[in-house]
Amino acid sequence: MAKLRGRGYASVNYPTGMNLGGDPSQALIHSTTTGTFVITLSSVDLGQGIKTIAAQCAAETLGLPIENVLVDTADTDTGPHCMGTFASRGTHRVGNAVIMAAAEARGVMLEVAAEELEVDAADLETDGTGVIKLKGSDEKSIHITDLALAAHFKHGRTISGRGIFLKEPSTPVPETGEMDPDSCQAHACTAAVVEVDDETGVIEVLELYNVYEIGRALNPAMATQQVEGGAWMGLSHALFETTEPYYPRRDHGPRDFAEYLMPGPADLPAQHSLFLERPAGNGPYGAKGIGEMTANAPIPAIANAVFDACGVRLTAMPFTPERVLRGLDALRQDA
Amino acid sequence: MPSQIVSLVVNGEPREFIARPGTTLLTILRESLGLTAAKRGCAQGSCGTCTVLVDDRPATACLVAVETVADHSVRTLEGVASDGNLDEVQSSFVDNFATQCGFCTAGMIMVAEALLDRDPDPSEEDVIEAISGNVCRCTGYRPIVIAILDAARRRREAGVEPGRPAEEAVSR
Amino acid sequence: MTYRLAPIDKRPFAAEREDDFTVIGSVVQRSDARGHVTGRTEFFEDVAPPGLLHLKMHRSARHHARIRGVDLTAALAVPGVTRILTHADIPNNLYTPLKLIGVGPDDEPILAVDKVRYLGEPICAVVAESEAAALEGAARVRVDYEDLPAVFDVEEALAEGAPLVNEYHGQNFFKYEGHHCRRIRFGDVEKAFGQADHVFEWRYESAPIEQAPTETTGCVVVPQADGRLRIHSDTQACFFTLDNTALILEVPFNRLRIVGGTVGGGFGGKVDVTVEPVACVAAMVTDRPVKFVYDRDEEMQVSSPRAAERIYIKDAVMDDGRIIGRKVTLYVDSGAYARHTPYGTTKAAAHLPGPYSIPNVWADCHCVFTNRTPSSAMRGFGVTIGDFALESQMDRVARALSMDPLRLRLLNAYRDGDLKAHRKVAEGTALVEVIQKTAELVGHELPEAYRRMSSTTREGL
Repeated sequence: MAKLRGRGYASVNYPTGMNLGGDPSQALIHSTTTGTFVITLSSVDLGQGIKTIAAQCAAETLGLPIENVLVDTADTDTGPHCMGTFASRGTHRVGNAVIMAAAEARGVMLEVAAEELEVDAADLETDGTGVIKLKGSDEKSIHITDLALAAHFKHGRTISGRGIFLKEPSTPVPETGEMDPDSCQAHACTAAVVEVDDETGVIEVLELYNVYEIGRALNPAMATQQVEGGAWMGLSHALFETTEPYYPRRDHGPRDFAEYLMPGPADLPAQHSLFLERPAGNGPYGAKGIGEMTANAPIPAIANAVFDACGVRLTAMPFTPERVLRGLDALRQDA
Repeated sequence: MPSQIVSLVVNGEPREFIARPGTTLLTILRESLGLTAAKRGCAQGSCGTCTVLVDDRPATACLVAVETVADHSVRTLEGVASDGNLDEVQSSFVDNFATQCGFCTAGMIMVAEALLDRDPDPSEEDVIEAISGNVCRCTGYRPIVIAILDAARRRREAGVEPGRPAEEAVSR
Repeated sequence: MTYRLAPIDKRPFAAEREDDFTVIGSVVQRSDARGHVTGRTEFFEDVAPPGLLHLKMHRSARHHARIRGVDLTAALAVPGVTRILTHADIPNNLYTPLKLIGVGPDDEPILAVDKVRYLGEPICAVVAESEAAALEGAARVRVDYEDLPAVFDVEEALAEGAPLVNEYHGQNFFKYEGHHCRRIRFGDVEKAFGQADHVFEWRYESAPIEQAPTETTGCVVVPQADGRLRIHSDTQACFFTLDNTALILEVPFNRLRIVGGTVGGGFGGKVDVTVEPVACVAAMVTDRPVKFVYDRDEEMQVSSPRAAERIYIKDAVMDDGRIIGRKVTLYVDSGAYARHTPYGTTKAAAHLPGPYSIPNVWADCHCVFTNRTPSSAMRGFGVTIGDFALESQMDRVARALSMDPLRLRLLNAYRDGDLKAHRKVAEGTALVEVIQKTAELVGHELPEAYRRMSSTTREGL
């Protein structure tokens, strides 16, 4: 009777916004009279953080501090259309729409600043501090607060912008499956280290190594949240989760968190995560979607680690102790 | 069973309301008192999103019949910040990215408050045991464990005495 | 700082990046964190309009049955029960959520008419002054069933003589432009099997998985002064919910207003439009605010899970590890209705054969109806279970050839410019680099030739 250790790998890619296109999202942005920019959306934050990411995209494009950006979502009376939060599309679609809206607003902002400063708009720059200034000069500058007041009360200009991102719809060819389903692909490789107890059949995941290529980590702390929270869900899927433990038999089904098993805080592997970035040409600042894929690679990595540990090939999810023990029994019989 | 008047001390303030026996503390907090920080995730005591402190001990408010805690002290997340200033646990959850969807956060913080009031220097195992009745589906728990340990450190550095009384209620 | 922060290795693809940013790429505090830690974040159920009514569903106790009759007498007698809605109260009682993007047919009653097709299917909605009264009322509804044979296995469902699950489809599979499945045909897979040094065929399967967000699915509908309805919802897609609801209610789209955007976890489970239509009907007929929120057991057993899948993969492999053909037969268990599963099945097909360049690929991806809770969207659906199968297969092929499993992957990994099986040219690939970096992290030795491989060149192939 022993605890057997093994390591397994899985490498995957994941489509950003695999909706076959035709799934637009819009953003509106306007400046208040004192230079706070309000992004209006109807997009949904499930906890992945689209409210924060939208603000970061707008602040970067406007060239202003993030403190100058507010996000207002999601009211269908005021927010423009968004297809929804799914398919790892939020950052990609909404980010692009916000950048487009912010770029338009920035254009107006620079036009008004050019009039105020009596210079050419093309010669102006921002530095992220809230100041719009003449390139190479500290003399000619104006703060966004003063500029927004002037735009509204003196010039009669709305510093505002509209944005939309639409991927053209693609219809699969039924005979061949030819299609253009997605916008880009993110990548991941996971290595799992497990210990299998050959007496109880219990699998313990000791370590997970996650390497993710995600275009660009717009907010590295939030990207880490996704990778490690998703890896936990993948581990949970692999070892525990199902609404029908005897599928396809329908006669058992957990109805609450006491029966629907998931790993608790005492069951966590050590996670070692790393990002690579290959900016996507069509992504907001190169970002690709990672919301969904983070649960995927851990599952086969764990299955492959179990095989490495004890020779049992698990082909049915979840990897319950019963399945491990049956596998071990079969190995003994074959031997 | 006729309704009766029930008194509680909620976040340091005496509160009275009319309740039918068997009404849960969670329903009273959310519907009678307008304190909606505690969430209803399962109404079965199996997820911890409704955790509040009754006499400084964590309780799943969805399972507590309110008349059984009459005249006791109840502390909710609304009573944790004082004068709009976050306490060490709250600020640590923010700084350590221990929130994602936010639905489990209230219960997690209340459990952490009780733990740190009881033990200013908990081990990682103590923290894990304390939150083991609280389900989080987003974070994988690690950031929450880190945040609570970090909050303990912040409290020790700030010289916060364990077992301090409940703060006054924060008006919403 | 103690927070988790995965480092970024900027060396690979350094020539393709610029880093002249002030906010992008920085750790910015989450804008919603303060609300979460103070309890001030408003979720849909934190809305408490005066005069709120509560709705609870009476659900099917059978997997597959004809409804001979429904007796509401005892339920209506429960004090506090104000109204019970049946299919007759729903203006347009038949829908499918994907009709908005032209996918049909409508195949799912909002409230059951003459038949139930899965355990837990909604039959009638009890509206009451309190949640307790609504639950009591729902428990007292009496339904007279005539049991019908049920089918639970995807391959049995497709066999001759299987019970018909869904009459609106007319057969136990979803039709893709007249075809019995979503297909991939790329190269000549049978020829590849003829040329291969090895042929490996294995089977993989999964069971349904619940999204299990801590906040259950629900909404609060509030009639407005101007005659419109304001719907506080935890939907993942506000307009998608609005549009589907309006079609079911047969009202102009501008009669409805969705307020949401802050959701206690979704993971795909809150894309279906399952609570808002009935709650809106209840609000309209009573002219009062109505709350319909799933209990935890409904969330676990009735809300749509990640579909179970069964996947057969047959590979044509050469001695050196090159995979020259891959044939995949994939069954997705849609449950009793389509929901988002036909689209998930297309997604599964598009994902094949995984992130590898395989010159011959053949796939039949079946979306199959069975007598169980309809499956729908969940985090990565169509891909997650496929990845389990594909990456287990890669490991098994490597072991069968006594090859290093990472080298097998690097040899077959897709590169920029490769043509995918769905005939899209690959760009921005990075599978080679994530594998190399993982090997480095865990101390897995790779030969020089494999360390020099790149997604942007053909080196080492």
